[in-house]
Amino acid sequence: MRRTVRETEESARKITRRGLLLGSVQLGFAGVLALRMRHMQVDQANEFRLLAEENRISIRFIPPTRGRIFDRNGTVIAENEPTYRIVLVPEDTDDVADVIARVSSLVELDENDLNRALASINPSRPFDPVTLADRVSWQDISRVAANAPALPGVSTEVGQSRIYPQAELYAHVAGYVAKVNERNLNRYEDPPAVLNLPGFQFGQVGIESKYEDLLRGKAGAKRVEVNNANRVMRELDRREGQPGPDLQLTVDTDLQDYALARLGDESASVVVMDLEQGDLLAIASAPSYDPNKFVHGISTADYAFLRDNDHRPQASKTVQDAYPPGSTFKMVTALAALDAGLVAPDETVYCPGHMEVGGRKFHCWKRSGHGNINLEQSLRHSCDVYYYDLALKVGIERIAAMARRLGLGDGHGVPMSAVTSGLVPDKAWKQRKHKQDWVIGDSVNASIGQGFVLTSPMQLAVMAARIATGRSISPRLVKRIGNVETPSRAGVDLGLNPNHLLQIHRGMYAVSNNRRGTAYKSRIIADGMRMAGKTGTAQVSSTVVDNKSVAWEKRDHALFVNFAPWDNPKIAVSVVVEHGGGGSIAAAPIARDVTLQALYGGNPPLDAYPTKDRARIKALQARLNREREERQAQRNSRA
Amino acid sequence: MSFLEQNIKSVPSGWRKVLHVNWALVVLICAVASVGFLMLYSVAGGSFTPWAEPQIKRFILGLCAMFFVAFVPIWFWRNMAVVGYLAGLGLLIAVELFGSKAGGAVRWIDLGFMRLQPSELMKIAVVVLLAAYYDWLPLKRTSRPLWVAIPILLVLIPVALVFKQPDLGTALLIAIGGGLVIFLAGVSLWYFGGVVALAVVLVIGVFESRDTSWQLLSNYHYDRIETFLEDTDDPLGKDYHITQAKIAMGSGGWTGKGFMQGTQSRLNFLPEKHTDFIFNILAEEFGFVGGISLLLLYMLIVVFCIFSALQNKDRFSSLMTLGIGFTFFLYFAVNMSMVMELAPVVGVPLPMVSFGGSAMLVLMLGFGLVQSAHIHRPR
Repeated sequence: MRRTVRETEESARKITRRGLLLGSVQLGFAGVLALRMRHMQVDQANEFRLLAEENRISIRFIPPTRGRIFDRNGTVIAENEPTYRIVLVPEDTDDVADVIARVSSLVELDENDLNRALASINPSRPFDPVTLADRVSWQDISRVAANAPALPGVSTEVGQSRIYPQAELYAHVAGYVAKVNERNLNRYEDPPAVLNLPGFQFGQVGIESKYEDLLRGKAGAKRVEVNNANRVMRELDRREGQPGPDLQLTVDTDLQDYALARLGDESASVVVMDLEQGDLLAIASAPSYDPNKFVHGISTADYAFLRDNDHRPQASKTVQDAYPPGSTFKMVTALAALDAGLVAPDETVYCPGHMEVGGRKFHCWKRSGHGNINLEQSLRHSCDVYYYDLALKVGIERIAAMARRLGLGDGHGVPMSAVTSGLVPDKAWKQRKHKQDWVIGDSVNASIGQGFVLTSPMQLAVMAARIATGRSISPRLVKRIGNVETPSRAGVDLGLNPNHLLQIHRGMYAVSNNRRGTAYKSRIIADGMRMAGKTGTAQVSSTVVDNKSVAWEKRDHALFVNFAPWDNPKIAVSVVVEHGGGGSIAAAPIARDVTLQALYGGNPPLDAYPTKDRARIKALQARLNREREERQAQRNSRA
Repeated sequence: MSFLEQNIKSVPSGWRKVLHVNWALVVLICAVASVGFLMLYSVAGGSFTPWAEPQIKRFILGLCAMFFVAFVPIWFWRNMAVVGYLAGLGLLIAVELFGSKAGGAVRWIDLGFMRLQPSELMKIAVVVLLAAYYDWLPLKRTSRPLWVAIPILLVLIPVALVFKQPDLGTALLIAIGGGLVIFLAGVSLWYFGGVVALAVVLVIGVFESRDTSWQLLSNYHYDRIETFLEDTDDPLGKDYHITQAKIAMGSGGWTGKGFMQGTQSRLNFLPEKHTDFIFNILAEEFGFVGGISLLLLYMLIVVFCIFSALQNKDRFSSLMTLGIGFTFFLYFAVNMSMVMELAPVVGVPLPMVSFGGSAMLVLMLGFGLVQSAHIHRPR
């Protein structure tokens, strides 16, 4: 098409106009792009840099080493052992099945573990290691390590696991750890991140639980660079964690071992308290169990055995169970009366074998009566009517106050699980709890440790210790945290009249040293070692006539408290044998043997025992020694 | 006989053509392509494979093609406009029938040595055809309805085919490129007002039609558009790509993290980093300075095209040169808008920089035409 010059110029003019218009629009848009770029890269740069760093950097926690637990002599109660795992990184091998076959020719692999491992291989994250076998022995792990070149993708990892070398000795005291569970996490408003590490162990019971936050230590952390699939590319830096401090307990393993062995098959408990600073030298609850079984999850069969056992191995009887103290409570009633100045030590009461109070007949354990009886004799014979009489004179409020002064009704902050504070009843309590008025019969019952009164074996030991020392001594279980000694719990003077205390001591001395005392058979005859004690028998069923002829679970609880040496007290002991029958038969011999062990720091000479007992004691000692050696051999072979 | 052919004596011939090549434009194109090589080398973690090496080979091939096209007289290409357009349409239909699928869309034909995307070819073919059309059309008929309807139809046929693939981004680019040539040719502005009104109606229609029996776009497109429109704080959801792209760009700051030091790129947080989002890697590693430099290079190419077109007294040459220059602008403007979240992610690569054969070859052919027009301009 031929165009005229005019047309050509008109065309060019129009194109130039519109071309320049479009060009300016484009320039303007380029300006918008530049501004947007500037806004993002200059104004918002810091914001985006932070986001880029968040993308790139991941924090990985390094589990801290858990603090160990020792006894007072440095014997290990809880420590950490290295555990070995065999792991496989799927992407580092061409043939997973072949490599696994080769591994299983070297070590025995559990079918279930293996299937779980294969199922956990994530095809989109082939760099994530899967565990083929956990808690592998050192021999197995060395065999795998030696054959590493033939096992592409297979490596070994070291972890730490808790172990309790003393096995059942401290199951109730030190407790145990296990994998973190929901309940553990609920303890915290904001749970520490380290708890989310797979397989991380957390204190479940006892000291392990009470001192969890301390023992755990502080987790370290490393910052790693990750890619979009969360694969670690390199480590940027790391901050080492802080191991938890070691704990030293006040317990003495030899004594604890003896106490537990001495309890034998009974469902019973022993508490031995040192009178210098309140140290709990032994705090044994029988039967016990092996805490190591709980660390990696207890088998159903083992758990069923523990659960269904009527001797309740899992119960921490020393602190968790509260029993009627029975006649061991009589010192409280007597001291309350003496302290109130309502009776004189040599004032006598006539015991006809019963007493009528508020139209009800209260019997003495000796139906024929004790006749005229004073304070010392009342303790020696454990005469009930004497105390009924005191109860009428002093009233429940003074008795309750004295019980509390002597450490009853209080858990004393012992760092064990489910510590009971027992029960010291008074008028206000009964009104609150039962919406009933206190009646005089309640006081009469309470005066001999029956009725509402409840005490744990630990509290009975504290009571004996306070009677022995006259101080507000309290139990101490943790002696040292890291390098710091915990404060002494020797307490201060209770403000009791020394003469009153002496009267009580004499009465208790008579219990185990007077030919007619209730625990005379379980006396110590070594000079300077003689003990002062008190038997107790707590009724379980009100119709029991003869303990031997009824079912085990209906028999009375046997109790005994004592301190020794009686004129220079060093230790206080309490023994409770559930359904043991009478305190003088079932509890006192155990208390005497444990006391001697504690005083001598090992097997006492036979001449500390009454002549008649020596042959029996010698056999007992030999048996216990043999059993102890067997146990130790067993523990060593496992470790 | 066109105006050009009347003045043929003043057009350089033989080897003298080399002197009349717009060398500044060639240098700019090489510079932009080199930025591409550098970034492709970087995103491969400091390696020429798998992206930088083939890209360099293709660029050299493209350069040869460009010079070949440049030295052939422009009137030959004008006469070939209809042939090129029909060939492009044929290929688009062939893709529809025999094409391979990529990401749910039928886009290319496998030629063995390369994958041909006819839709890319169509961008240039439409511009060239319309320029030829308006060169042929007497000026006074330019705004007559019938003569306006014809070019619109010529644009809409390939647009419809590309849209059906579905490739919304390229379809839009072809439509806008064609529209620009129609606008430059001097069609009455009333028509453009009409088109704008129609566009508004269409947009409303698109959104109203969702989940009805006459739904206009596929669900995939609705998702893309929704991602753009909804300002959600869901970094792992559908807008993960754009979020990571913005982080890459923003964290570059003034001068960037350094060559091959981009963490978003190196650690794979950024998807499609060698294609659609390569600009973000550039911005991450070379910062604002690097980004603005590339934008400057691009704008210089456009400005050189405008200058060349305005100097040219031949109607076909200037319409075509402006059309190609502005199409080029559309390419990088749309890509940059999308990676900076000014526009929805429609899958338009960064011209000459993103990894990709068809787009680069077609652009080089386009620049060959621009050069040819420049060399053979009437003097």
